Amino acid sequence: MNRRFKSLAATLSSVFLTLFGLTVLTFLIGRVMPVDPVIAAVGDNAPEDVILRVRAEMGLDQPIPVQFLHYLYQLAHGDFGMSVLTKNPVAQDIVRFFPATFELATAALLLAALIGIPLGVWAAVRQGSFTDQAIRVVCLAGHSVPVFMLSLISLLIFYSALDIAPGPGRQDIIYDGMIDPVTGILTIDTLIAGDLGAFWDALAHMAQPVIILAYFSMAYIARMTRAFMIDALKGEFVITARAKGLSLTKVIWGHAFPTVAVQLVTVIALTYAGLLEGAVVTETVFSWPGIGQYLTVSLMNADMNPVVGTTLLIGLIYVGLNLIADILYRVLDPRVK
Amino acid sequence: MLVEINNLKIGFPSRTGFHQAVKGVSMKLGTEKLGIVGESGSGKSLTARALMKLLPKQTVIEAEKLAFDGIDILSASEKQMRTIRGKRAGFILQDPKYSLNPVKTIGSQVAESWRTHKGGSKRQALEAAVHLLETVKIRDPKKVAASYPHEVSGGMGQRVMIAMMLAPDPELLIADEPTSALDATVQAEILRLIEELVSERGMGLLLISHDLPLVSHFCDRVAVMYAGQVMEELKASDLLSAQHPYTRGLLNCMPSLIHPKERLPVLTRDPEWLK
Amino acid sequence: MIATFRNWALDESPSSRQQAAWGNRYRIWLNLRGNALGMIGLTIILAFIAIAIFAPLLATHDPATQDLANRLAAPSAAHWFGTDELGRDIYSRLLFGGRVTLGMVIAVVVLVAPIGLAIGCIAGYFGGIVDTILMRITDIFLAFPRLVLALAFVAALKPGVESAVLAIALTAWPPYARMARAETLTVRGSDFIAAYRLTGGSSWRIIFRHIMPLCVPTLIVRVTLDMSSIIITAASLGFLGMGAQPPSPEWGAMIATAKRFIFEQWWVAAIPGIAIFLVSLAFNFLGDALRDVLDPKGN
Repeated sequence: MNRRFKSLAATLSSVFLTLFGLTVLTFLIGRVMPVDPVIAAVGDNAPEDVILRVRAEMGLDQPIPVQFLHYLYQLAHGDFGMSVLTKNPVAQDIVRFFPATFELATAALLLAALIGIPLGVWAAVRQGSFTDQAIRVVCLAGHSVPVFMLSLISLLIFYSALDIAPGPGRQDIIYDGMIDPVTGILTIDTLIAGDLGAFWDALAHMAQPVIILAYFSMAYIARMTRAFMIDALKGEFVITARAKGLSLTKVIWGHAFPTVAVQLVTVIALTYAGLLEGAVVTETVFSWPGIGQYLTVSLMNADMNPVVGTTLLIGLIYVGLNLIADILYRVLDPRVK
Repeated sequence: MLVEINNLKIGFPSRTGFHQAVKGVSMKLGTEKLGIVGESGSGKSLTARALMKLLPKQTVIEAEKLAFDGIDILSASEKQMRTIRGKRAGFILQDPKYSLNPVKTIGSQVAESWRTHKGGSKRQALEAAVHLLETVKIRDPKKVAASYPHEVSGGMGQRVMIAMMLAPDPELLIADEPTSALDATVQAEILRLIEELVSERGMGLLLISHDLPLVSHFCDRVAVMYAGQVMEELKASDLLSAQHPYTRGLLNCMPSLIHPKERLPVLTRDPEWLK
Repeated sequence: MIATFRNWALDESPSSRQQAAWGNRYRIWLNLRGNALGMIGLTIILAFIAIAIFAPLLATHDPATQDLANRLAAPSAAHWFGTDELGRDIYSRLLFGGRVTLGMVIAVVVLVAPIGLAIGCIAGYFGGIVDTILMRITDIFLAFPRLVLALAFVAALKPGVESAVLAIALTAWPPYARMARAETLTVRGSDFIAAYRLTGGSSWRIIFRHIMPLCVPTLIVRVTLDMSSIIITAASLGFLGMGAQPPSPEWGAMIATAKRFIFEQWWVAAIPGIAIFLVSLAFNFLGDALRDVLDPKGN
């Protein structure tokens, strides 16, 4: 018990240090920006005294360490600054845009795990066979194709040429503003509103970006599952299971797979972070109103507060996911206790 | 006859050609205790695993006869094998640290073995498992059933393994070096347990070991293997007075407390043995 | 000649260190040659490098010359891959774009591999507080998806090829450090290192002469597999307008401009897209094969 507590304490302190590092890093990124934030706020032609006054208001005349402490103070109060572009507080923008990204990434992750895990197990069982090679090529292709390429190709084929998928965006214009944003997750909100037409419309709009993101993560999940399973299948306990007279399905899913399931939890947590990265690009192509698009639009307009805010948020999510994976690992794997 | 092996050959394709590991082994086993001894790499384990068809896919197995209770193993389907494995022949592996599933409780692993061949509900199976753990002389079977393999000692793990393999009441028990990974003090205990249960239930036993005195003590007959061949087969009680130079060599290499030697002799191998 | 080398290299009892080393290399090559996907990858990569180097010779047009009368032309005998929105020859732009991509990839690897290796080896060898500090820093950089951090860095610097290289390098080193540290930990306690220390070898000499070389095989696999990720990140930065800037024929940037008319003239975007896909797939094939050959455990 004491040892477990100690190792948990070590994990938590390392998480805390990493979080601190994240804030330092994002602060520095925000500091070395090419555009003077004061000029960006008041315009090129503002008189000298206005510039000085705004500079003082923004706290930019203070020494860097003081500015950092101020930054930390603001963060602690959930204040990420204002967005020049949307004229809203960044925190408010993030709350508005995040559910769309969450919906996209979560759906993609579920799909990726649902397909990737069985595919990886299958490849491992058939190691060296044609099936294994075919799965390997499909997965390596998934690592090799830029997400924006796939998104464009998909739009070209399914939207433009075949016209069986809706175009960019999250819903048709006819449903715009019709659905109460309760959770911000459109598929849930439309169900809450009881509007099935809008629900199917939202689902159809999700299909393309979700499948593309899922393919990208599926490749990683399948590769990792295969590697873990090949190791597990070499275990003596697999021979024991077969010697007991169990069917191959039971040996694979009942004995070999449970030993790697815990490792897969970590892989899936990491995949989720990768999905956020993919979402940045996919959202841009599909005009999906999530934090990815928010980030790129802000970038192109040199609007640094949203850039720093979203970057920090994604870092936080990543650290959080790692922590969850670590805790799950402790809870799920009897060997750790 | 429970087991009939005639001229069994096992080989593996390798990068440089083909490696023949077992080169024409023959033996028979009824309701008796047969020991197979020999050094590492002599093909004892391969022979046992071939009998259960538990070798990797790329293994090449040939034999004039390889049969379990008259069933031809070489032509048996995976489905047929599943009616033999576990149900009619149990297989105990060397090290319980690796041969038990690390993430499943001991109880569930024993119960699974019981339920696969005897059916019944999960609860019945678990009760049977606890009872089986008691049979292999585990003191607190309920507690052990609820624990994971890494939480018990090696000797205890091997008892679990025995319980698991005896669950479906098989006619034959194959034990592949069941005590080599255990402390010297528990080795005899585990072997005595195996011997007792096998005799009690009137089963056949195929005991693989590199420990000559142990085998001669617990078995009826002994086959001595070297480099994929059977050197000689003899009554266990005659083992210590064996005549074959290889067997003699092995016996000479054993350290003895009663007649300590300055240096243990090195086995001189004679290519003639393999003719 | 080849037969002599073969016999010499495959000699079961090599008479010199060189012979043993070449024998080892030759065996690796033999294994690699047996891997079909790996050889496909290697061929594409060699072709890609040749194309990038000889782009001026292979190009049929000046990649920058505009011909507004002949905008967005379909592939033809004069313009093998057609023309873009300013009437520039896509085939020639593609070749020169290969140079940009190759240059960026090499620059990133040259920056990242030695730094990551050094940090990892130092952390692993010294352990203690040095290890803790270096690894915490590594964790911080690992806490962001590569593209997101690169985007933020580029935004803070100034969009362009140099910033993109720097940003990708800043996000690419942590895995190398992690890897080198793990390798160092496994050899640190071994007898030959202890023996060397006893003869008075300095820590730095041990790290640079004895530990770092041991990490090289893993490093090669890692770099090859990382290449495709670097190429894709560079292209994604270009696509998002944060990498190479027009009129540079960088592939990602080419797609970004072509995206506007993808529904009408799809090939303008598709051709650089295929190029990115082929090259990064080739690196993945080769890296995967190398991993099988050099590091059978990691399979």
